[in-house]
Amino acid sequence: MPQQQHQGKLTSGWMGIHRGHKARPLEWLAEKFIFLVSLSTILMVFLIFVFVAREALPIFLGKENSALIKPVIPPADIDKLKSEELRAYLNLTEKQFQKMDRETKVDLMLVKQEAQSEIPERLLNDPDAKLNTTEWGAMLKPRQWASYNKPEYIWQPIGQIHKYNIIPLFVGSLKITIIGLLFAVPLAVGAAIYISQLARPRVREVVKPVIEMLSGIPSVVVGFFALLIMATVMQKVFGYETRLNAFVAGVALSFSVIPLVFSIAEDALTSVPRSYTQGALALGASRWQTAWQIVLPAATPGVFAAVVLGFGRAIGETMIVLMVCSASVMSWSIFDSARSITTTIAAEMAEAVAGGHHYRILFMLGAILFAVTFVSNMLGELVIHRLKHKMEGKR
Amino acid sequence: MAETVLPKLEVTPQNPLVVGAGASLIEISNLSLFYGKSRALKDVSLKIRERVVTAFIGPSGCGKSTLLRCLNRMNDLIDGVRIEGSAKIGGHDIYAPDVDVIELRKRVGMVFQKSNPFPKSIYDNVAYGLKLQGVTSKGELDTAVEQSLIGAALWDEVKDRLQSSALGLSGGQQQRLCIARAIAVKPEIILMDEPASALDPIATSRVEDLILELRKDFTIVIVTHNMQQATRISDETAFFYMGELIESGPTQKIFTMPKQKRTEDYVTGRFG
Repeated sequence: MPQQQHQGKLTSGWMGIHRGHKARPLEWLAEKFIFLVSLSTILMVFLIFVFVAREALPIFLGKENSALIKPVIPPADIDKLKSEELRAYLNLTEKQFQKMDRETKVDLMLVKQEAQSEIPERLLNDPDAKLNTTEWGAMLKPRQWASYNKPEYIWQPIGQIHKYNIIPLFVGSLKITIIGLLFAVPLAVGAAIYISQLARPRVREVVKPVIEMLSGIPSVVVGFFALLIMATVMQKVFGYETRLNAFVAGVALSFSVIPLVFSIAEDALTSVPRSYTQGALALGASRWQTAWQIVLPAATPGVFAAVVLGFGRAIGETMIVLMVCSASVMSWSIFDSARSITTTIAAEMAEAVAGGHHYRILFMLGAILFAVTFVSNMLGELVIHRLKHKMEGKR
Repeated sequence: MAETVLPKLEVTPQNPLVVGAGASLIEISNLSLFYGKSRALKDVSLKIRERVVTAFIGPSGCGKSTLLRCLNRMNDLIDGVRIEGSAKIGGHDIYAPDVDVIELRKRVGMVFQKSNPFPKSIYDNVAYGLKLQGVTSKGELDTAVEQSLIGAALWDEVKDRLQSSALGLSGGQQQRLCIARAIAVKPEIILMDEPASALDPIATSRVEDLILELRKDFTIVIVTHNMQQATRISDETAFFYMGELIESGPTQKIFTMPKQKRTEDYVTGRFG
């Protein structure tokens, strides 16, 4: 019998020449596309941080000077200065400086001279007026300003003397965030336990979407509600002095944190294997004991993640706090007003001169806020990882 | 209708433990169970005797696991379950309105098909049932944990790492831990729902040895798919088919001279 020759396509390699991305080009393309998209989000986060930090850099490096009284160089002396010194004196960028002719520069020097001569008499001998308030010492330490009788932390960015002490803002943010979390976390986790473990299916079908719907309410509406109604009611109930205070802001803030913490914690609790629940019930545990002693501990990593995200949301929430309270008083009392970092940025950015020291300080606050949330999320992730490992019996 | 009266046991050398085994502890009479409208169990009547291993066999979906779960009322957790008839343990109807389900489950332990240790330490897994019963003394707990782990033939393997996570154990060890957890609370009855079906042959044989050991102290009801397993470990066998109890009696008898054709077909492997 004549040997039959195989009449197939010419192939090479084990399974033919079409291997790897050539065999399934569409799948390969889709995979690479998705990879690029996810890469771009990382890039975006990085770019945002770089932009914010760049704007704040002069503050970090101590290159800004916000003192009211500065040494004056008379316009006649323009030729005695080196161009670099002149540029620094006029506070111009390289490009701006290149474009200007000599006359404009002289005019600018005149303006500077005039501005200095217009400083009111009473400030001329005031040590405050000579202080560069963008220095770290001025931003972090209390100072006894003229007409104050003890050193204080003061944020008053507008005025002849710019008081840039950022401590009241941090205390404000912290106060409001902690109150918000103290309210939101127990309520949200409690609700999550109830919905995922104890509630009858019909109750669950109603309550779960309603709580999650809370997150759909625009924060400005929540703020409005808190400003007009909650503040009054709570003042009547608790009888404190300041109507709009950190306490009201924190409680209002919890409205936006609860749905987030609830839905993540609920997911975590629901995904605890049914076999744990069954095992506990079969041992004679009540439903409550099962939920509390078995399911909740098993879901700790997820619940903790929910709390970390809730913290991020709370410290980043702007609108509610802005509407409810925003006087930047330095006080640890929760019944005093407070201004958070985010509120400060939102309220003041519009009136800060681009490139000015106020503008730069606001960007610095943004960069610090970014860093705080980033670090807290990282730490949270670390703790979650540890918890999971411990639970799974790995080391 | 299924055969309801348990035949008189014959004492054989293969079934030495049947000698002296007590009177019937569990009496199920005319029990029917409905999932919504479909009927999963049809008029089952069965007596299960004290300190005897009773195996439930039958093809998948025949209701044997469902019946097992009736005995500690785990079916209560499923929505739309309705039960007719009665199941008595020690003369008490466990479906009577005054029965505390939690107390019942403390007296009727259960081991599941898939081992389900809690994500806690080995020690805490075993001690959990006792803590539920209000035992707080450290010494008492320590003794009970040790005894239970010895009883479940796990002590030697884990005594040096009682505080490490139970999820770090192998599948067979996890299942024996679950048995230890069940026996720690000293139940009267242990229900086992295919306890060895997810285990390899070596782990299976260890669990089987354990069951043979445990029947000295406990009444064991075991659901199994494995016919050889039923012959190896059980004293009595009940065969279910399509929600009905077809035949029950001493294991030897069911496997060697069943009365019913369907039982014979099943145990000889002609269907199922």
